[in-house]
Amino acid sequence: MGLTGLQIFKLLPKTNCKECGVATCMAFAMALANSKASLDQCPYVSDEAKEQLDAAAAPPIKKVTLGAGDFVRTMGDETELFRHDKKFFNETVIAIMVDDTEDVAAKAESFDKKVYERVGLTFYTDALAIINASGDAGKFKAAVEAAMGKTNRVLVLCSEDADAMAAAVEAAADRKPLICSATAANFDKMVELAVSKGCPLSVKGANLEEAVELATKAAAAGAKEVVIDSGSRQVSQTVADLTQLRRQALKRTKGFGFPAMAVVTAEDPMDQVVEAVSYMSNYAGLIALKADDDALLLPLMAWRQNLYTDPQKPIAVEPGLKEIGDVTPDSPVYTTTNFSLTYYIVEGEVEASKVPSYILSVDTDGISVLTGFAAGKFTGDTIAAAIKETGLEEKVNHKNIVIPGGVAVISGKLEDASGWKAMVGPREASGIPKFVRENFAK
Amino acid sequence: MKILERRVIMAFTPLKEKYRNKVAQITLGATADQGGTRTSTVTIGGEEALPFLHFEGTIANKPVVALEVWDIAPTEWNSCFDQYYGDVYNDTAAWAKKCVEEYGAEVICLRFKGADPDLGDKSPEDCVATLKAVLGAVGVPLIVLGCGKYEKDNALFPAIAEAGEGENLLLGVGEQENYKTLTAAALGYKHAIIAQSPIDINIAKQLNILIGEMNFDTSRIVMDPTIASLGYGIEYGYSIMQRARFGALTGDKAMANPMIGNVGFEAWRAKEANASQEDFPGWGDQETRGIMWEATTATALISAGLGIAVLRHPKTVALVKKSIDALMVPSAY
Repeated sequence: MGLTGLQIFKLLPKTNCKECGVATCMAFAMALANSKASLDQCPYVSDEAKEQLDAAAAPPIKKVTLGAGDFVRTMGDETELFRHDKKFFNETVIAIMVDDTEDVAAKAESFDKKVYERVGLTFYTDALAIINASGDAGKFKAAVEAAMGKTNRVLVLCSEDADAMAAAVEAAADRKPLICSATAANFDKMVELAVSKGCPLSVKGANLEEAVELATKAAAAGAKEVVIDSGSRQVSQTVADLTQLRRQALKRTKGFGFPAMAVVTAEDPMDQVVEAVSYMSNYAGLIALKADDDALLLPLMAWRQNLYTDPQKPIAVEPGLKEIGDVTPDSPVYTTTNFSLTYYIVEGEVEASKVPSYILSVDTDGISVLTGFAAGKFTGDTIAAAIKETGLEEKVNHKNIVIPGGVAVISGKLEDASGWKAMVGPREASGIPKFVRENFAK
Repeated sequence: MKILERRVIMAFTPLKEKYRNKVAQITLGATADQGGTRTSTVTIGGEEALPFLHFEGTIANKPVVALEVWDIAPTEWNSCFDQYYGDVYNDTAAWAKKCVEEYGAEVICLRFKGADPDLGDKSPEDCVATLKAVLGAVGVPLIVLGCGKYEKDNALFPAIAEAGEGENLLLGVGEQENYKTLTAAALGYKHAIIAQSPIDINIAKQLNILIGEMNFDTSRIVMDPTIASLGYGIEYGYSIMQRARFGALTGDKAMANPMIGNVGFEAWRAKEANASQEDFPGWGDQETRGIMWEATTATALISAGLGIAVLRHPKTVALVKKSIDALMVPSAY
């Protein structure tokens, strides 16, 4: 990002010493510009040049790390406006809010159990945001301590009372909680606290302009990790602010290079999740909400997973033989590719059929059935090879394999190559239940 | 004398993109003085900026929500729908009326599922009778979809278009392999159409051009770039919508159309919307989860530019409408 090969070249020693492994300094400069080499490879680069190159290479949005130990979350360090241009990197941190007037220990305990599994992946609620709703410093500190005893996930400490915050941070500093937040009124004390304790700090303005101004001042005062809260609590203004923060940061406007957070204000838990979806779709690095019901959080986490996938890379599952239910040697065998969308849709339908079965997921480098067929990766030969490699023949006492209807033409090849009988299944996974009723009903 | 503190921070100048083009604006439905019998119309499209970025351009119209109504009782809808539609599943007109009057649908999406040769093979005459019954039962604009089988739809479209003359329906769907009969029928009786492409931005654009070559006014096309549900590839449709909308605003007139998505249809196919809490105790209540699966799918796509969300669950309608209203509050700097 930033400098061109020629601009970099001007900062290099221009000795063509080859010690970096590249023939000329010019070639090395081009490699640097394309992120194909690292400046460390040049033993002779001057400190001054290094500084300039580092500054240009610095991410447009600073990276902020929340938490310590085994459970750490990263915000910022993004480079794109649209996910399709490259990808979004650091998944939105989902923070569940709890008031210090509630039973924080109980809430933290149930929060810590929130782990969701779908499509073979595990999702966590990342952070517990403890709100100093009581206005009492002792209560706030006690609540933070109670939470620390129950969860090792990220903590967000929410109070605008600098004394209450100081007491809580004193107790929680080595967990690297997010101090939330510095405002114009408590600014000096909060920044001092963040700097002296080495904790990330969010700054909240009366509006975006003030928030950016405060963030710049906090960074100048030594706060290393700053998060911006524009202060907006109205949905469309928050969306606008989040968009401004991202756009200005990518254009490297001074003061904007910080990750952003949003606070959900809707009352109804279902409305809260819908509101959070809007912020997540519009660059929020952290979203704080109260809703904590499983049925509400699972969809929000699924959206996060989808939004942050690499658009250039099909998502693959580990190829191999999968057991669905309590399989026996009589269980039916299906085959499909290892493109995750295809695989999980097939798996879902097979599971729903309630007939325990094997699914042979063939390694197609994560591409779909028809694309895999066209590319020669999902063919009679590759399926036959997978049958052999997975030891399928020792697991079942029959030689029937269900293939996707869209590639019925491979039946002959598959039968020749494997000695198995190909049963042509439905074209769409949604046809599997009917297919099962007709073929495998007990 | 006190020295004034010098401000080191530059004043904040909002970044506003300048766009060269805007999205076509389409009105659906026609009232009595416009030659139809609708009591309300809806207008979508017309955006001059990316979704809900009011600060840089006019967001002329809000996205709208439609509820899906079938001409036969669906056998595979989740049983959680029974309490809402169970009493009207076998009376399409009453079903539509309930969607509008009790559940707040702004548009009815009438799907002639029963015309499918495998699902009853209802005749065009039967479908026309159903259409007339629905038109009589509700005052909102109608989206009318065929059964999806080309041959049958091509028998259906001309009859539907004629029967709905003057009502300014939104007819669909036209696909690359099958758009001519639909386009001709819509052209003859002055309806708008849905052009559906298979998650492929080039085909989406191509299809709009092909339809335009039949002298159909392309500003009367609603694009369906095809969406998948949350968790099952929603990001593909999401990114195509973002690319299409950005392309449209930056000058590509062949993609400057409002977009529609079959949100309910897709979301309620997902395992997560249907699996019982008994089978997946960690996933929470099934109906709530299903509603949120649908609402999240809709809201995410609305963020990318979706103009008509075709939904199924009454509670999703309420959630999504509320969200749209909040997003339509002007932002400014």
